[in-house]
Amino acid sequence: MTLDKLEIGDSAVIDTVGGQGALRRRFLDMGLTPGTKVQMRKKAPMGDPIEIKLRGYELTLRLEDAEKITLKG
Amino acid sequence: MEITFALAGNQNCGKTTLFNLLTGSKQHVGNFPGVTVERKEGDILKHEGAHVVDLPGIYSLSPYTAEEVVTRDYLLSDEPAGIINIADATNIERNLYLTLQMIELRKPMVLALNMMDEMIGSGGSIDVKAMSEELGIPVIPIAAITGDGVHDLVDKAIEVVENNILPQRVDFCSGAVHRAIHSVVHIIEDHAQKAGVPRRFAATKLIEGDELMAKRLDIHEADMDVISHIVEDMEQTLGTDREAALADMRYTFIEGVCEKSVRHPGETKEQKRSWEIDKILTHRIYGIPIFLGIMMAVFAITFGLVGPVLSAWFESGINAAVGVIDTALTSAGVSPWLHSLIIDGACAGVGSVLSFLPTIVVLFFLLSILEDTGYMARVAFVMDRLLRSIGLSGRSFVPMLIGFGCSVPAIMATRTLPGERDRKMTILLIPFMSCSAKLPIYSVMCQAFFPHHTALVMMGLYVTGIIMGILVGFLLKGSLFRGRPAPFVLELPAYRLPSARSCLMLMWEKAKDFLVKAFTIIFMASIVIWLLQNLDFGFGMVSDPSDSMLVAIGKWIAPVFAPLGFGKWQCAAALMTGLGAKEAVVSTLTMLMGTAEGQLAGVLGTLFPSSLSAVSFLVFTLLYMPCVAAMAAVRREMGSLLEAVGMMVFQTSIAWLAAFVVYNAGTLLGL
Repeated sequence: MTLDKLEIGDSAVIDTVGGQGALRRRFLDMGLTPGTKVQMRKKAPMGDPIEIKLRGYELTLRLEDAEKITLKG
Repeated sequence: MEITFALAGNQNCGKTTLFNLLTGSKQHVGNFPGVTVERKEGDILKHEGAHVVDLPGIYSLSPYTAEEVVTRDYLLSDEPAGIINIADATNIERNLYLTLQMIELRKPMVLALNMMDEMIGSGGSIDVKAMSEELGIPVIPIAAITGDGVHDLVDKAIEVVENNILPQRVDFCSGAVHRAIHSVVHIIEDHAQKAGVPRRFAATKLIEGDELMAKRLDIHEADMDVISHIVEDMEQTLGTDREAALADMRYTFIEGVCEKSVRHPGETKEQKRSWEIDKILTHRIYGIPIFLGIMMAVFAITFGLVGPVLSAWFESGINAAVGVIDTALTSAGVSPWLHSLIIDGACAGVGSVLSFLPTIVVLFFLLSILEDTGYMARVAFVMDRLLRSIGLSGRSFVPMLIGFGCSVPAIMATRTLPGERDRKMTILLIPFMSCSAKLPIYSVMCQAFFPHHTALVMMGLYVTGIIMGILVGFLLKGSLFRGRPAPFVLELPAYRLPSARSCLMLMWEKAKDFLVKAFTIIFMASIVIWLLQNLDFGFGMVSDPSDSMLVAIGKWIAPVFAPLGFGKWQCAAALMTGLGAKEAVVSTLTMLMGTAEGQLAGVLGTLFPSSLSAVSFLVFTLLYMPCVAAMAAVRREMGSLLEAVGMMVFQTSIAWLAAFVVYNAGTLLGL
């Protein structure tokens, strides 16, 4: 499963982090590394972007980018 | 002893608050050379010879954004003798990620743990001594909002620099990454020394695949091959790629540090409160209406309630001052032309722009509250979808909205946008949002040609501006700004009460910025326009305005506007004075037509043969290059005169084309 498909309120552990260049680096720098637990918090009024929680803080990213992060299980 | 500190940290960690606390009002704001990244510096209060440079809020020292490159180049330069790293204690894991990268720079460094009060107030704690031992640098708990701990912080920072105490820890890694770093350090040692880059930092960046660093170190191809092999070996052993390996190495180390030193309360009170606030402010249905409501309130207060009252006071103050100058000049017996140059030229020009000052100050005060509370990040979250199609992110929405009030503060507000590309593109699009200074032109034209459809025409103009903005956005996205937009991966910080000090400082900063502009560029421009209006080409004073250079130039360029349906020289001359301030279009037309104010609408029929030519004129006014004040703001924010001039040419061309299409299509349709 990928991060964009996670149901609101559910948590999962990151398996792989895709993307390229600046985007991928940004994911990693913000702490979206394999093995990190993330929780889906909510979606923006127009359904996109999403708000997730990880490492004790809230982060927003777009669905098309969240699709590049796969989850375990 | 002169010491300069670099102040670095993540966004939303209270860095600006700390900077304001350290320096008081003695700040100097500028840009880093060649980029639109703000550089603020000031003297540390009560510590003579100690200075601090506030670096952009960043999360990493990667080579991808202008902010990060500027920060690392600055940190690698000889200018800063030490680093003050500020971190948010309630969000410590991600904040320490930048800390680890800076420790590799081998400069005296201290870590300021901000918001310790929130951490403790929520039942958490940080063992400062244990964290300091783990990281190998002094750690000082502070609360920037109250000032607690800041004295200790400065004392400690000066102490580590004076005694040249470097970070005690160099290794954060183990296993395969450790081996790779050591092998690479060995290869690049000489290059690093020659380039003035700490070898350890250079090695980790090279392993991450940092091309800027490879270029800076000037490494031979053969050596690069060896490094590639080392990296491949590491990747194979770990089963992951180079960038992920190093990010994982850092975060694993941080998790270890936190295990030994941090007792986390789960969620702090502030985080819980934020979640509750967001249930309303970013609600699926109410989120957007609330945002629009807030913006309307900001506009109403700025341009409706407070702004005009303050502006009127301010204006009467300016008039009084001008009166004093006037009397002084008269009693000194200066010649009439000098008198007119000072009073009608310089004072009138600068004065009319200065009367905007209160509006700008009020607007920035309100915006800084929105920014400092953390609401701006929510605006980006709520509005992102809308702006994505033209290659921008939700953050650009607020500056563009302000553009409907005045382009000057709108352009100034782009400073908080992440990424140079987004910033420049937003600046280019702001003038398409019709500013309030154009309203007098619209209303006099509507009065003359569309007395029964004024609202419709006005609405049409605003919508035309927005549509042109969107079209230009598409055009830019596919050409000049083809590059990838800054990744939209944004922290939503906990809501916090803004510090009054920070809001006031920002207000003062913007006011100063604006004043400098008023007394330099706008002062010059006012004089030039006055000279054009009052002198002929022999530089003699004219008694009849229609002999002036302005009119001569107007006559000369008028044919340019003939294909647009308004080829009379009066129009050209009025559009030219509109560059000083858009309202001047109306006053110049009044003067050139020789009518009284208020009578202008009655005589406009002689300038514009048809309603269609009037519409064409309106479209041109809507879109052509912005006023001098806005141009000065563009030049400053773009950091390049050439780009600013290019933008003016571009906009005037678009305006000409649009008016041409409107006029000729209309003529063909028999309108």
